[in-house]
Amino acid sequence: MTAATCPECEATVALDAQTVVGEIVACPDCGADLEVTALQPPLLVVAPPEEEDWGE
Amino acid sequence: MSELRVAMLVSRVRVEEKLLLTAFERRGVEVDLVDVRRLAFDTHGELTRWDVVLDRCLQQSHALAALRLLEDRGVVTVNPYDVVANCADKVVTTSLLAAAGVPVPRTVVAFSVETALEAIESVGYPAVIKPPVGSWGRLLARVNDRDAAEALLEHKATLGSVAHHVFYVQEHVAKPGRDIRVFVAGEEVICAIDRLSEHWVTNTARGAVTRNRPVTAALAGAALSAAAAVGGGLVAVDLLEDGERLLVSEVNHTMEFRNSIEVTGVDIAGRIVEHTLAAGRRGAAAHHPLSAVLV
Repeated sequence: MTAATCPECEATVALDAQTVVGEIVACPDCGADLEVTALQPPLLVVAPPEEEDWGE
Repeated sequence: MSELRVAMLVSRVRVEEKLLLTAFERRGVEVDLVDVRRLAFDTHGELTRWDVVLDRCLQQSHALAALRLLEDRGVVTVNPYDVVANCADKVVTTSLLAAAGVPVPRTVVAFSVETALEAIESVGYPAVIKPPVGSWGRLLARVNDRDAAEALLEHKATLGSVAHHVFYVQEHVAKPGRDIRVFVAGEEVICAIDRLSEHWVTNTARGAVTRNRPVTAALAGAALSAAAAVGGGLVAVDLLEDGERLLVSEVNHTMEFRNSIEVTGVDIAGRIVEHTLAAGRRGAAAHHPLSAVLV
């Protein structure tokens, strides 16, 4: 378990041991979708908004 | 242990991608997890980094370009570029399905507001209008009368990007509160689910719930025909029940499956990984240079 700071509201966001770079986590305080861009040390950025050609 | 060099292309790591990583790991296969935003392809490079690449990109435009570059240089891709291109655009998908004799809802493609309005009147109300490119039930419209049709078409023509100036008009199928999704790997049906919703849009991304759907011969036949029409591969075929008929509405090339594992009891991630590794082993001999550099 580790933690990073929400870039939107500066809350502490816990990251479990299975977290990988590229994963999206939600800030427990402000609800922002955050992308994990690094793990050592952990770094979060606001996730890019959904684009028109996103999908399955 | 596998000697294959395997990569998974991603733009976001969702539950599905984590399940796939675990499935590779359980088979002793090391996987490069590659964010396409960090890739730069040198078309004249000398390094071939991977034998097989599993595409799990969210962005279809990124996926198509990356798959083309990889495939042209002998890297096996799952899915192949052609399959993704055939599934990414509903005009292409429906055209291929209809041409192959696979039952689809009546569909008319128009290129102006005037002809789109004629198409809607021809199909009859309610009609469905879908963006040719898009997923998760976004921007689907059920048009109940001419007033709505005129307003919607004007909005699309005025506010939409050029992609929305191709009007994909389809008959509305009065499905029984559900559609069916069938997961296909190559020549085999893996499993199927019902997607149930009181809303006419039955995407799980829009709140539909799932339950197991027994795979009958008719269901398997329809799904395999649809998969073959788009080039095979690893796909999820969406079908609508119209009375006794099964109509194929979509074929998805990078399917999500988190809501389908528990209800079906099928290890879908494991089956995807097995399909990928088998494709990689078949194609490992065909190998050409490409430099794919992480930046």
